[in-house]
Amino acid sequence: MTTVKHGFPWNHLIGFVLSILLTLFAVFIAFETDFSKTVIMWVIGTLAIFQALIQLFMFMHITEGKEGMLNVINIIYSIFLALVIVFGSIWVLTSGHSAIH
Amino acid sequence: MTAHTSANVPLEYQTNQNQMNILGFWIFLGAEIVLFSTLFASYFVLEHNTAGGPVGHEIFILKDVLIETFLLLTSSFTCGLAIHAMRNNSKNGLMFWTIITLLFGLGFLYMEINEFIHYIHEGATIQTSGFTAAFFTLLGTHGAHVSFGIVWIALLLIQLAKRGITQVTARKFFIASLYWHFLDVVWIFIFTFVYLKGMVM
Amino acid sequence: MSLDEFFVTGDPLILASQIAIGLTMIGLIALVTYLKRWKWLWSEWFTTVDHKKIGIMYILAGVLMFFRGGVDGLMMKAQTSRPNLEFLDAQHYDEIFTTHGVIMILFMAMPMLIGIMNVVIPLQIGARDVAFPKLNALSFWLFFVAAMLFNVSFVIGGSPDAGWTSYFPLAGKEFTPGVGNNYYAIALQIAGIGTLATGINFIVTIVKMRAPGMTWMKMPMFTWTSLVTSIIIVAAFPIFTVALAYMTLDRLFGTHFFTVAAGGDPMLWLNLFWLWGHPEVYIVVLPAFGMFSEVIATFARKNLYGYKSMVFSVVGIAFLSMLVWVHHFYTMGNSASVNTVFSLTTMMIAIPTGVKIFNWLFTLRKGRIEFSNAMLWSLAFIPCFTIGGVTGVMLAMAAADYQYHNTMFLVAHFHYVLIPGVVFAVFAGLYYWWPKMFGFKLSEKIGKWHFWLFVIGFNLTFMPMFFVGLDGMSRRMYTYSEGLGWEGWLGFSAVGSIVMAAGFAALCYNIYWSFRYAPRDIGNDPWNARTLEWATATPAPHYNFAKIPEVTRLDPYWDMKKKGETGLKKSDLKPVHMPSNSWTPIFLGVAFGVVGFFLVFEWFTLAIISSIGIIIGLVANSFDYDEGYHIPVEELEEEERAWRGDLK
Repeated sequence: MTTVKHGFPWNHLIGFVLSILLTLFAVFIAFETDFSKTVIMWVIGTLAIFQALIQLFMFMHITEGKEGMLNVINIIYSIFLALVIVFGSIWVLTSGHSAIH
Repeated sequence: MTAHTSANVPLEYQTNQNQMNILGFWIFLGAEIVLFSTLFASYFVLEHNTAGGPVGHEIFILKDVLIETFLLLTSSFTCGLAIHAMRNNSKNGLMFWTIITLLFGLGFLYMEINEFIHYIHEGATIQTSGFTAAFFTLLGTHGAHVSFGIVWIALLLIQLAKRGITQVTARKFFIASLYWHFLDVVWIFIFTFVYLKGMVM
Repeated sequence: MSLDEFFVTGDPLILASQIAIGLTMIGLIALVTYLKRWKWLWSEWFTTVDHKKIGIMYILAGVLMFFRGGVDGLMMKAQTSRPNLEFLDAQHYDEIFTTHGVIMILFMAMPMLIGIMNVVIPLQIGARDVAFPKLNALSFWLFFVAAMLFNVSFVIGGSPDAGWTSYFPLAGKEFTPGVGNNYYAIALQIAGIGTLATGINFIVTIVKMRAPGMTWMKMPMFTWTSLVTSIIIVAAFPIFTVALAYMTLDRLFGTHFFTVAAGGDPMLWLNLFWLWGHPEVYIVVLPAFGMFSEVIATFARKNLYGYKSMVFSVVGIAFLSMLVWVHHFYTMGNSASVNTVFSLTTMMIAIPTGVKIFNWLFTLRKGRIEFSNAMLWSLAFIPCFTIGGVTGVMLAMAAADYQYHNTMFLVAHFHYVLIPGVVFAVFAGLYYWWPKMFGFKLSEKIGKWHFWLFVIGFNLTFMPMFFVGLDGMSRRMYTYSEGLGWEGWLGFSAVGSIVMAAGFAALCYNIYWSFRYAPRDIGNDPWNARTLEWATATPAPHYNFAKIPEVTRLDPYWDMKKKGETGLKKSDLKPVHMPSNSWTPIFLGVAFGVVGFFLVFEWFTLAIISSIGIIIGLVANSFDYDEGYHIPVEELEEEERAWRGDLK
């Protein structure tokens, strides 16, 4: 039985506050600024990735346990697949004659 | 499996079987990433094909979407607190924070169902266009995951009440927490690349 | 829906099948009842979580499906053997090439390979079972129920008929209104869930359960390829899940994912199908490569040449396999840059595959080759597969592909890849690991008949297809006119298919003969093999290893034999923990099957009611805290003495 007492969950609190702030910031960027649409998408996209990382590291403790390294490799590989699927599909289906407009 | 207990390792990692279950679940989450990215890819391909039906920014309501986002973000936070309580061996804390998490989850579902009803009133059903098909399927798959999670975690609560925090229940709660946080990650991307993108572009 | 809509009527061939299926079912039930084997069947097989028994059930189902898919193939060959034949009509022909493709890939190749993986992998890494034995049983039952659901389509409701690729818009409700394609969408969905679970299960098994000392670079090659296959399964199957869900929604609920008129995109189906479909090719072919590696090393009496390059090429194939999917639809009208990029990645994937071919050849070089049946299949594989690979490089060139696309040339190409790459491997694996499963060898003599008939028949059947394809015959043509110059080739091809079928019959006879007459006193290591699965009794005891072996190098059993360390000390024996049998996997499998069947017929009320079964199964599973049981030392001692003689 584990006897180590964990103190106040600062990690979680910081992660929570950060994710709320990042969400609000994304809304601010999207609706209250005059950046071009491309810039807005890049900025809020980056913010989304930061939020995902907060969840992965501060809430899900991805590096924890004996297989921490494997978990990281697994998630990196999955992100690679996600990028291939998303950008590959868009590229294949919206360029050339196949594009439906 | 034999139980090797060690003071420094959290309960849910203490047997080999537990470690395997947690690793297996991480790999399952990898598969979930692929699943959701396929849904996203299809959505991006079809999002402009509205076939005369409503367009995203005509029907999305920022306020409601933000409420949903905060409900889910908060539930992810309380879910983290539940696991924190579990690691402090506090059965009541685990119980309490998990119930709070589920309540936030239910609140999210309530908002989402209302949102869908609103869209249907606006003339955007799943059968309207390529856009609505991809939209509702992406959102619906996430919502179905949340619903499944609520039922699953409710079942775990019964087991917790009966058995207390053991190596097995700790592992089950930990895995459920991974699932719950993961749904939050997916929602962040839905929020950004479906709602915000739809309203901005 | 009236009864004659429910059952397929009006075709004498199908009527005969309906009667035959009915009689066989009654016969089987009567036989089991007469022999009083129901309880045995339930407790030893239906509820088992033993990876070896699950593997045997997979293989049995795979052989059955091979028969079904093979009959479809023979009927196609009969129909095209002469011009203007009326043996099958166009509709029936469409149904048959569809079910042939789906069954051979998903219900024959997959279960055969997963079956052999199930039997061998835990033994080969020195483990007592897979990581999640109950999940493993669930995988099997989901696969099996899905296979039955798919197979029942041709007598109840009608077969799917839009090709194994089921391209939209043809596969949509508008052009294929019957329930046939619902079977496709739903049966494959159920099977896919099971396959995904298998993938996760084997990754965790191989990562976490290897014997002490078996580091990554000391893993047997079959273990490596199975690991990589499992990774590709986890990477690719969720894509298919989504694609099939879209298909189901389009067909059952009137959505417009693939309908151009309402803003859908039929090319989205192709894109998703092949995003899964191409990796699927590597999912079936990589374990096969692993089996050949084991067999060739064993019967050349050498360790595998270029082990490290083999590992890197397997990993490289896994990586590239996700980047080539567009080569299946170059002709859809992509931009030139899309086709160029995918041409390049496709040609690149030939490089690691070529590395493997050379490694096998160098393993053979100066080896003391023993021409056992398993080895014959491996040797035949190399040239036949190379033909498939080289024609693949031809097809990889986008510009040239416009000429070959959807011709019989393509059909010949992928049969030259998949039959040597999968079927030959399965045969090699069956001959090699058969003793491990059943405790006797298959007859080498009858096996030679099997080998020569099948290999000659295979080449006779598919070689002519290259030529008719280049002569302009497109695939899926149910008939053709005289005077096109195809009759001769297709006649040859039809004869070849009969020779191939005779080869398969020889295998079946071999199994029957060997069950009755093959000698049982073959020892634990009948092939003088190299890897750990042979370090325990043959057939393997239900606990696999009395003591988990320790590994110091590659080919550990070879090493143990040389050092004389194969014995077992009595003092090493400790009680062995085993998982208990469980009724939930088969229950859940059947529940999924029932819900699936109702969904196929779009009887939604019944589907919702019966999905309670799935919920019951899942809840029961969640509340199951069974912790298994222990085998006492005395029992281990007795079982080990039975084949080792005295313990040290």
